[in-house]
This record gives sequence, C-alpha cells and structure tokens, in this order.
Amino acid sequence: MTDETLVTIEVDGRELKARPGAMLIEVTDAAGINIPRFCYHKKLSVSANCRMCLVEVEKAPKPMPACATPVANGMKVKTRSPTALAAQKGTLEFLLINHPLDCPICDQGGECELQDVAMGYGAGVSRYIEKKRVVSDPDIGPLVATDMTRCIHCTRCVRFGAEIAGIREMGATGRGEHMKIGTYIQSSVDSELSGNIIDLCPVGALTSKPYRFQARAWELTQSDAVGPHDAVGSNLYLHVRRDKVMRVAPRGNEAVNECWISDRDRFSYEALESTARLKRPLVKENGKWRELPWDEALDLAAGMLKGAGAGLKTLISPSATLEELYLAQKLTRGLGSSHIDHRLRQGDFRNDASPALRWLGMPIAEIERLDVAVVVGGNPRKDQPLIGHRLRKAAMAGASITYINPCKFDLNYGADQQVESPAGMVKRLAGLAKAIGVTGELVANAVVDDQCKALAGQLKNAGKAAIFLGNIANAHPDLAVLETLAGRIATATNAFFGFLQEGANAVGAQLAGAAPHRLPGGKAAETQGKNARRMLSDKIEGALLIGADPALDCWDPSAVRQSFSNAKDVVALTAFRTRSLESCANLMLPIGWFAESSGTLVNGQGDWQTFAGAVSPIGEARPAWKVLRVLGNLTDVEGFDYQNSAEVLNEVRAACEGVSLDNAIGEGCLDVQFKEGPLTRIGYVPLYAADVAVRHAPSLQRTANAADSALLRVNGATARIYALSSGAPISVCQGNGEAQLMVCIDEGIASDCALVPAGLAATGGLGPMFGEITLEKD
Amino acid sequence: MSFKSAPMTTIERRADKGSLFTPEIRAQIDKWVAKYPGEWRQSAVMWALRVVQESNRGFLTPELMDNVAAYLDMPPIAVYEVASFYSMYELKPVAKRKICVCTNVSCMVRGSDIVVGHLEKRLGAKLGQTTPDGRWTLKEVECLGACGDAPAIQIGNKYYENLTPEGIDKILDELE
Repeated sequence: MTDETLVTIEVDGRELKARPGAMLIEVTDAAGINIPRFCYHKKLSVSANCRMCLVEVEKAPKPMPACATPVANGMKVKTRSPTALAAQKGTLEFLLINHPLDCPICDQGGECELQDVAMGYGAGVSRYIEKKRVVSDPDIGPLVATDMTRCIHCTRCVRFGAEIAGIREMGATGRGEHMKIGTYIQSSVDSELSGNIIDLCPVGALTSKPYRFQARAWELTQSDAVGPHDAVGSNLYLHVRRDKVMRVAPRGNEAVNECWISDRDRFSYEALESTARLKRPLVKENGKWRELPWDEALDLAAGMLKGAGAGLKTLISPSATLEELYLAQKLTRGLGSSHIDHRLRQGDFRNDASPALRWLGMPIAEIERLDVAVVVGGNPRKDQPLIGHRLRKAAMAGASITYINPCKFDLNYGADQQVESPAGMVKRLAGLAKAIGVTGELVANAVVDDQCKALAGQLKNAGKAAIFLGNIANAHPDLAVLETLAGRIATATNAFFGFLQEGANAVGAQLAGAAPHRLPGGKAAETQGKNARRMLSDKIEGALLIGADPALDCWDPSAVRQSFSNAKDVVALTAFRTRSLESCANLMLPIGWFAESSGTLVNGQGDWQTFAGAVSPIGEARPAWKVLRVLGNLTDVEGFDYQNSAEVLNEVRAACEGVSLDNAIGEGCLDVQFKEGPLTRIGYVPLYAADVAVRHAPSLQRTANAADSALLRVNGATARIYALSSGAPISVCQGNGEAQLMVCIDEGIASDCALVPAGLAATGGLGPMFGEITLEKD
Repeated sequence: MSFKSAPMTTIERRADKGSLFTPEIRAQIDKWVAKYPGEWRQSAVMWALRVVQESNRGFLTPELMDNVAAYLDMPPIAVYEVASFYSMYELKPVAKRKICVCTNVSCMVRGSDIVVGHLEKRLGAKLGQTTPDGRWTLKEVECLGACGDAPAIQIGNKYYENLTPEGIDKILDELE
C-alpha cells in the first residue's frame, strides 16, 4: 500500500498512519499504545461487547469502542483523557460486579487479563454489596476446565468456535443477568483445536484441565519448543517448574501456526510423565526383562550392532530430530549396512529412484490464499490440524477444495468430497489427468467423468491452485502412481504440488539421509538399502529401532511380528516401554523425548527449527543423539566425536549446503499394483494414535476424538452384504491377524471397503493398512 | 478482523428436510423463509420456533430445537441461544394458559407488584411456576410494550391492560 492511500490520525498527540477501514485498536496496537480490552482479539471478528476499550474521539458525542471504530483521516483520539479513563473505569466496575474477587483461589490468578486491567483501572474497594451471580460449571470434556461464574461474557470462545475451529459448539444462552456461556445441552467441545480457548479466555473461566491447580504462573520458566507430532512444526512455549513441563502454550509465528496450536501439541506433554516411560536400560534374558547399568547396556548394544553389521536394519520414527536421524544413518552406514528408513507407514516405494526431496511444496501461510486445492488421500483437519485450518481459511475466502479419499471426513467447511475405493482413487486421478490433457499409458485408458472435467476446469482456470498428497495417500499401495499422476497434473496446470507427510520431521529425515536411497543432503545413495517395507518382508537378525513402536507405527504389523520373531540382536532406543517393543527387542535403552532433548525439526515448508532441552530426561534416560554418539564410539565408527548437538547440526547443515527441496517426481511409476478383494481395508491412523507419545498422553486419550476411533466403519450397502448391524461386535481378519471392533455404519465410506483404524492397540495384530480383509461374526 | 456480517457457516446442509416436522409446519416455516434472501434461511428462526412451539403444547424441547437448526441450516447452539433469550419461548412444559406479567419500569410504577401479588395468591403459584392443577402458568416477562396502559398482562395472544385485582379476577373467571 502506498503512502497516499493511508489515512493520518492522531492518538494521544502522536501522529499515526493507518490503512483506511482499519479499526482504531489495530492501529494503536501496532504503535504500541495500550488500550485495555477483553473481547477484542486480532484473529476474531469484532463483537464490541465488553466496552473496555472505550476511548475519547474528538467530535464524537460519547466515548467510542476502539475495537469497532474505523479510522478516518484527521481523527483525533485520546486514550488516557479524563473522559476515556472514566469510561474505562466505569466499564471495569460493571464487569467486576459479577466477577468473584477471589483471585488467590483462581487458576488464572497471576496471568489474568482481568486481574491486570483491574490493577490499572479498578477501584481499591468494591462499591457493590449485593449478591453476585453464580453459574454452574458444565463438563466440556477432558481438556478444558470450566469455572463459569468467572466468565465476563467476552464471547471470544464462542467466536473462536464459529470462526476458527469451524464448529460452533459454544454459545451464549439466556439473557441479561441470566446469560451463560456454554454448550446448553451437556456435550463436550470436540474440536481438534479446542485448547486454544484456554489462551483466549481473558479470565479464569476456561482453563487447562490437566494443568489445573498444578502451578502458578510466576513459578514457571518459559522455554521454546517445536510441535513434535506433525509437519506444521508449531512454535511452542514450554512452561517448566522444577525440571518438569507443567504445560505447553503457543508461541506466535504467523508463517507457521499463527497464534494457535493443536490440542495434540498442547496436551501431549503429559506423555513425559507417563507410567509407560522407560527409565532404565532393560535386557531380555530367557524371555524376562532385567534392568542393567548403562555401561553394560551400551557394551551389549554395541556388540549386537557390530554382530548385525551389514545386515543391520534401522527403523527410525519420522518425528525423531534431525540430529538423531543423521547419527542413526551415520551409524548404520558406518557399520556397513544401508538399510535405514523413517517411512514406516509408507505403502509404496517404487518412486525411490526419483530425485524428489518431498516437502509441502509451498509456504504454509500461502495455503490460505489458494483458489483451488485438491487433497488426494488425506484429512489434514485431523492429521495436520493447522494446515487443515489454513485450508479452511482458503475455503472461507471462497476457494474450492476437493478431496479424493476412500471415505468422507467430517470437515469444518464445505468441500467437494469425492469418495472412491483405493483402486478407484488411482482411476479418478488418472481421469483427472486425462481431462487436463496429460498423456501417458495409464492416463490414455482412463475414464473421464463430469466430476473430473469440472475439477480439471477449476485447476486450469485457477489463479493459485495446489494439489496435496496426505497421510492416506502415503500409506496407499499405489502411492508411486498417485505421486506421478498428481505431479503431472500439477505441472500441466501450473499448480503447487505438495506432500503432507507423516511425522514432525519427514523433510529433515530426507535431508539427514535417513532413508535407504538418500545420503545426507538428500543425495542419491550409490548402494540402495532396503526400505521399511522390504526390511520387514524377511526375517530380521539384528535391528536398531529408534523412537518407533514397530507394531503400531509400521505399515504392516503382522510383517513386524513375523520378521522379528527370531531376531537376536535388536536394540531399541525408546522413550516408552510398549508391548510390541517388548516382543521385538532384546535390549531397550531409555531416551528422552520432546522437551527432554535438544534438537532440530524441519517442518513441511522446510524451516529448520532448533530447540534446546528444557527438562532432564526421566529416570536414567539420555537424549537419543548422545546414546547414538556413544554407540558410534563403541562400535568404532569414524567421526562420532561430537561435544554437543550443535556440532551434529552443523555437519548436516554443511551436507545440505545448496540443496533445495523439490517435489518433481521425474519419470515416475505408472504401474498399478494394488488389486482389491471383495472387502478392502482402508487403514487410517486416528488423530490421537499418530505416534507413540500421543498414545501415552492420558487426557488426549480420554477425548471423544480418541474414544470413537476403535470402530470398523462400512457403508449401509456393504453392511447389508455382510449382514452387519451398527454397534455389533465383529472380528476382522487380515492375513493371520485378527482384531475385535465395533461396527459403525457410515455412509461416507466407499463401497466394498471398511475403514479399519491403524496405530491402535486393537488393530495392532492386523496386516497392512490397505489390503483384503474378511469379517467373522462371533 | 472486521465485523461479521455473513450467515453462520453450515458444514453440511441437511438434505432430507422433508423428514422434519409435518408438511403443515414446514409450509408455515417456509412462508417465513421466503421473506429473506436465499442464503439467510436462518433469519426465519424466531418464527420457526414459534410455529414449532405452538405445535408442541406451548414448549420447545432440545430435539425440536435441533430439528429447527437442521431445517434452517444453522448450528443447534445458535437456536438454543435464540430460544433461551426471548421470554416467549418455553423450554419446559407449561400449562395450556400462560399468564405473562410485565414487571418493567412503567408497569412497576403503575402497580405490577399488586398484580403479581394478587395472581400468586389467587392461583397458588409463584412467578415461573405452574398451578398444582396444571391449568395456569405464571410468568414474569420484560416490557410488553403496553406502557401507555400499564400495568399489563398477556394471556395467549391477548393483552389485558389497566389492571386491578378486581379486573384480574373478572378476566380469570371468564377464562376458567
């Protein structure tokens, strides 16, 4: 905006430039002039109902709310004049009439906007001697605690629900003195972003349930962290007291997470204190686990790794830090093996020959400016909640969003959800490619229907379009074909092409070389090792597992069971002691997770975000990079003399000099390999089953989102074929595995398919995320 | 951000609206829906609630309000907000005859306390209560807009003004 289009106003004698139409409070906030407020929030619509931001505007007959007064040229504003102060003090006195004056017993005490403003504008003594209002506290779920007597009706939480979370669950019922904020009928607030209302609430009405009455704000020290679960890499603050993470709050970053974080990032810290944490090294002797000191354990581990040598298979979590990923590949390759992979849930690796270094394909903040977006196989609302939020913003601004999925998802905006069976997804994408004018073997025979034509038209005519592959596509047995087609469609329509990848550090893993076909810096490996799926297709002798719970984090749990059945030399570096690790591993070494270790995560858009450790690891656990360094020394691998994690990081940085992320698949595979049986499993990892840490976060596991995940979902037509009724128990058989689930009839599922969740203990015995299943009634 | 002036977002518009309510009720609601621009279906919420309330012995249930929400493509909580805000909607069962007593300023200075006292004594029910025989419900309401002839009460669709205890007795005797 050029200078001429700006208007000039005067605030407290200072001349300020402002965009015409901007609200006064935006301008004063930008200039650092403080005006007290409760209901105004820069990300929410203006409601102007708390009246705290009243200021004196020259020529206006009465004080004006700064949040709802657009600036005009020559406007003269006084924020601290006697009139303004009298109005602000009067408003505060009214707000305090019904607000309890018992800050010492309130969880918000010490970090409360009302308390702060009352210090500045409140009277020393209340003139109000009548009865105060009392409001009962509704139970709105396991994450947010309510204390509604404290509510001052700012409606930020209500507007958050309507405008950001996209499901209006809370509202203001009743009138005047009887007005209440709540859900009216007993129900929980189930948005995947619900925790943000804790930050928005300016008083102690909505507070964090797990954190409630655990600490005071002034006892906490704050350190920076990065979201450890998804490719957003949300910027976080850890609030720490006496070496313990007490809670997690968002750290504003407009380019990444704005001022929000997902509930998963906010509440997963509870896993740090989980009873399942591994605190001491354990070795399996005759089927029993025995504790042993670190020095013995490390010698044992080094022996096992050396023994495995060139046959070593390394599986590492895609949420591990860059340093861990780098050291893991350096150790594995140093021992003569090239079998290392982080793509534990990937279903197809036939495009490994392509030079692509997969990433989001565009900046996160640009997603909301798209005109057209196509998501193939994914549900970003749950898988990468803040990317889902950006897509929602685009949709609200008028973008057309299309999903090509094997099932319909519950979205918080209107979108075209095209439901196809797994094989049908490939056909549809081929049809779309043909409609756009892409040529090629698979495309030539594709059927082009009206939906394909319409979408092709949208993509061609869009100013800014993008096509994304999500988590479901990642696990699809024809991922390579989906990638190739999507890439060609994007090229032909000049659209962005991006990957919404699993885990918090999938981009980092490629850069670190933690893949069989990649060396550090993403360079192609000369000797390609086995990928995650092939490693698990043979018997495993020796393996190194880092941060992964194999049965629940891998694509095919039954293959995990079989391949590890006779393994002798399996070393697991893990923060959690899980059943599948106990059966797979012979030695477990406790490592720190999240706040317990320093490290770097590279998010989907390629930001390298480094953080320091904030608390000591639990028990005798050690940061994984240190364990790997010692293992490197003990196995006599060259170049493991690091003093700190920054040295490791610098080494990766040097290797990545001049490397840029690129999704161009090149030639690509167009050979369809997946054959559907009579009933096909669609494996989808629910929000709170994504990784081993989330699965051990108790409050998240109590949410409605977690509770309704252990279901077998089929549509009515499929249910009739197999005579299934809603709510009935059913045995699902896949390969030689079996799982007990409840039936849920869901018309959004593709015909002859069943959505059987993955990543859950209930389905941890089944086979691949996509494949043929049979049903047996008890 | 600026002021919000768009209709509330609905994620999935209910397709089978024909299964909600009876054809007569739908026709009545549709008459009101037609008065607003197409995307502002939800503007008909007050009349829809009124029609539905009348069809349900004078009160609303959460299920009925949910149906109104589905019919008008709005979030259920937004319907609860409207229904709980206005005093003419009943959220609990009420008697066939509901006496709405205005106790706002004009009525108060013209003796609404006497009206309330007399009604409570005669009916044996307090404000907000239903008589033991279930015939009358007594309700305190905000301004009825009948200040010129205060104090006033409303029974059904009819206003009774300039009330005295004797006048009230006469009205109730006639209605008994």
